[in-house]
Amino acid sequence: MKRRQFLKISSALFASAAAPGLSWENSPVLAAPEERVVPSICELCFWRCGIQAQVKEGRVAQITGHPKHPLSNGKLCPRGVGGTGLLYDPDRLRQPLIREEVDGKQQFRPATWDEALDLIAERLGYLTAFYGTESVAMFNHGFGASFFKTLFKAYGIHTFSAPSYAQCRGPRQEAFKLTYGHGLGSPEALDVAHSKCLVLLGTHLGENMHNTAVQDFTEAVARGCHLIVVDPRFSTAAGKAREWLPIKPGTDLALLLSWIRTLIEEELYDRDFVEVNTVGLEEVRAAVAHATPEWAAAQTGIRAERILATARDLGRYRNEALVHPGRRVVWYGDDTQRERAIAILNALLGNYRHPGGLLRFSGFSVPSVKFPEEKNAFASFSSRFPLASAPPANELVEQTVSGDPYPIKAWFVYGTNLIHALGDQARTLQAIEALDLLVAIDVLPMEITGYADVVLPECTYLERYDDLDTRSYRTPYVALRQPVVKPMYDSLPGHEIARRLAGKLGMPDLFPDDMEAYLDGRLQQVGLSLQQLQVEGVVSQPEPEDLYRQPAEPLRFRTPSGKIELASAQLAQAGFDAVPRYTPPPAAPPGYFRLLHGRAPMHTFGRTANNRMLGELMPENELWVNAVTGKDVGLKSGEYVYLVNQDGVRSRTPIKVRLTERIRPEAVYMAHGFGHTDPRLKFAAGKGASDADLITHLSLDPIMGGTGMNNNFVTFTRSAES
Amino acid sequence: MSRPRKYAMVIDTRRCVACSACVYACKAENEVPEGYCRDWVVQLVEGSFPDLTLTNRSERCQHCESAPCVANCPTGASYHPGDGTVQIDRDLCTGCKACLAACPYDARYIHPEGYADKCSFCQHRLKEGLQPACVTVCPTQALTLVDLNANDGAFERLTAGREVQRDKVHLGTDPKLFWLT
Repeated sequence: MKRRQFLKISSALFASAAAPGLSWENSPVLAAPEERVVPSICELCFWRCGIQAQVKEGRVAQITGHPKHPLSNGKLCPRGVGGTGLLYDPDRLRQPLIREEVDGKQQFRPATWDEALDLIAERLGYLTAFYGTESVAMFNHGFGASFFKTLFKAYGIHTFSAPSYAQCRGPRQEAFKLTYGHGLGSPEALDVAHSKCLVLLGTHLGENMHNTAVQDFTEAVARGCHLIVVDPRFSTAAGKAREWLPIKPGTDLALLLSWIRTLIEEELYDRDFVEVNTVGLEEVRAAVAHATPEWAAAQTGIRAERILATARDLGRYRNEALVHPGRRVVWYGDDTQRERAIAILNALLGNYRHPGGLLRFSGFSVPSVKFPEEKNAFASFSSRFPLASAPPANELVEQTVSGDPYPIKAWFVYGTNLIHALGDQARTLQAIEALDLLVAIDVLPMEITGYADVVLPECTYLERYDDLDTRSYRTPYVALRQPVVKPMYDSLPGHEIARRLAGKLGMPDLFPDDMEAYLDGRLQQVGLSLQQLQVEGVVSQPEPEDLYRQPAEPLRFRTPSGKIELASAQLAQAGFDAVPRYTPPPAAPPGYFRLLHGRAPMHTFGRTANNRMLGELMPENELWVNAVTGKDVGLKSGEYVYLVNQDGVRSRTPIKVRLTERIRPEAVYMAHGFGHTDPRLKFAAGKGASDADLITHLSLDPIMGGTGMNNNFVTFTRSAES
Repeated sequence: MSRPRKYAMVIDTRRCVACSACVYACKAENEVPEGYCRDWVVQLVEGSFPDLTLTNRSERCQHCESAPCVANCPTGASYHPGDGTVQIDRDLCTGCKACLAACPYDARYIHPEGYADKCSFCQHRLKEGLQPACVTVCPTQALTLVDLNANDGAFERLTAGREVQRDKVHLGTDPKLFWLT
């Protein structure tokens, strides 16, 4: 038997308990009448829209967009509206759980917070005494992780990894830092709304439903933007495009290099801007000399005339054109270089801090509260990927398995279901086997919690304060997440869990006892107050006057040369190509189809699959198969099939076939986030299939450790037998 | 004296991304029971790979000027209140489904509590000076409620230079959903 048997808890175990007394029980908001409207911040995805929650008879009845919050403008996406489906999910984690073994059988025992936190503190004490604090890693996704990070830093733990890096935006971040000296952030500093010519590569805005990103996109479309969509799939965005380029998957870099070549050879680039603000043009010119439209056509399956014509479109709109860098860009393992090509193209167009181009956002400055000195870690994590600026999650998985160069023995997992997020599930499970302590902090019994030694139930975003949101945006803002209703069951806010754990770890004074006093103290520094934010939800500043650059404004970039680096000396120094070079992606084995995945507007990864409200319109995902190819291999729309990948791994659950004209013949597509198998997720379990089951091959980006996921191939079987 | 209102909805299919926020917002606002909806979204695909077109349509009751549901309702439960909308008086409705059979747009369902139900353009919100829930939530501003009697130029501004489609006009229902393509 495995040491760490996956545990499924019957909900019959749980008795609901009243929330314990908390410092904010006297909150004026919660003391307000039974019918009230409370402003706060959404957490159904990570865009952090402003919301207004309407409470009727003590229950959150409805959630709408906050009219004054710059990320919602009074609007919401389906997920934001469906927040009540999370709050009132009957399958929520209700009390702390401790894994124990009785008569040789492992089970979860409901525990008190004191018991659970004592156990964690004790085990953490042993582990760090024996292996050092570097043997502890935290995986986190979401705004609420900040208190745990503060706690662990104070304890000397410095390894924090978010799947939003190596499994998502990391390559974009590094490519833009290498080229421009800064990343694009989130929300991305892009002026999409004013773009006159917009290129989307694989990015399916409208299905990927970040509120203001989609607002800006449709604004551009409504204004008549010349939209070019490059996608093997006829996405919703492609349906709005002037030009849809149904590219052969994995060949985007060939198209981008050819566009770069045409812009340079036909002198369509912004010569003044490039001359003053960039270095490396000649190196780029030489490196892309081979990338003729005919060469790119042979790679991409797009006719040479169209490649040339779209390059000229970009050149025609020049400063007002934007090549969108996308968001989840871990596709083929060459992702940093593909993002570099996008960064180079934008530089050639001279759209930096120009209407319709790349922008630089600033934040609402609210000084942080100083926490006590951090202890020094014995050694902090150092990635084997030379330009990784954050620990790639998959690398921590590898090190947990190998123990090299030092052992990792404990994981704290906050709000991320690593089983579905990382790909290569077998390896993740192997790493979990090697752990001495796994603590999962979550709202729902996601699969990862079934492998934990201790499960800590956090309350939802509608039941807690978090720290202030002061992220950078076009109109800098400070926004408050506050409890709309009191925590249900025996769940606690993250800040309270962190405060109590700090006490157990011998740091009783690390966090203030009173969260409201802490928030108010921060706000008072800039002449605001908690009371004001509790009522208004958000305070914004106007757009800075220097958002757009002046025609001859001298620019300085935080790169070694002080200029935009078209050819990257940093990459060359680290042994990589200074100018991106195209390598064709591996071909599908005969009879197999390339597996692509993406987003659906009513779901966020696997986080919302159990949300009964959102699930009403989309309870499961479907497998998009080209109609002609699908018929050729005998598939019918509506039938359920299992998928088997190139390594013989089968999907654990079957998926419904959707024959459609909207996809290239050699690829299949599904929305990510389905195929949950944990029976405690009573609504989601068994619905749809998980791409994560089938992504057994990760194409690692040698530059920063991103996990390219699109070099996996599947075929179909109707048989439930493996 | 001001003219009576004549509400209609203009739906911009170019803005719409078929996200269904309108459906969820309506369900929350109007407490539409599980398994039913008052509005819905369709994606119409035409052509074959790679020559394709896609139209995103948010759909709901058409609030017909000449409404078959009103004409066929035996109890007078379905009626025109005089503001251009079609409404249902739940107290008069017996759930006989004559209106469901008469509606050419399949816009109605029988509520589990026994009465016919459908989009009301959020009449209760209009009375408070608010927009319908679907209009308010829509992240792409694809939905606009207009008063065709207002003479404020709103309808003309929205439709200027655009192809306007209405559904099953040949039936003589004079429907009041206008899709811009």
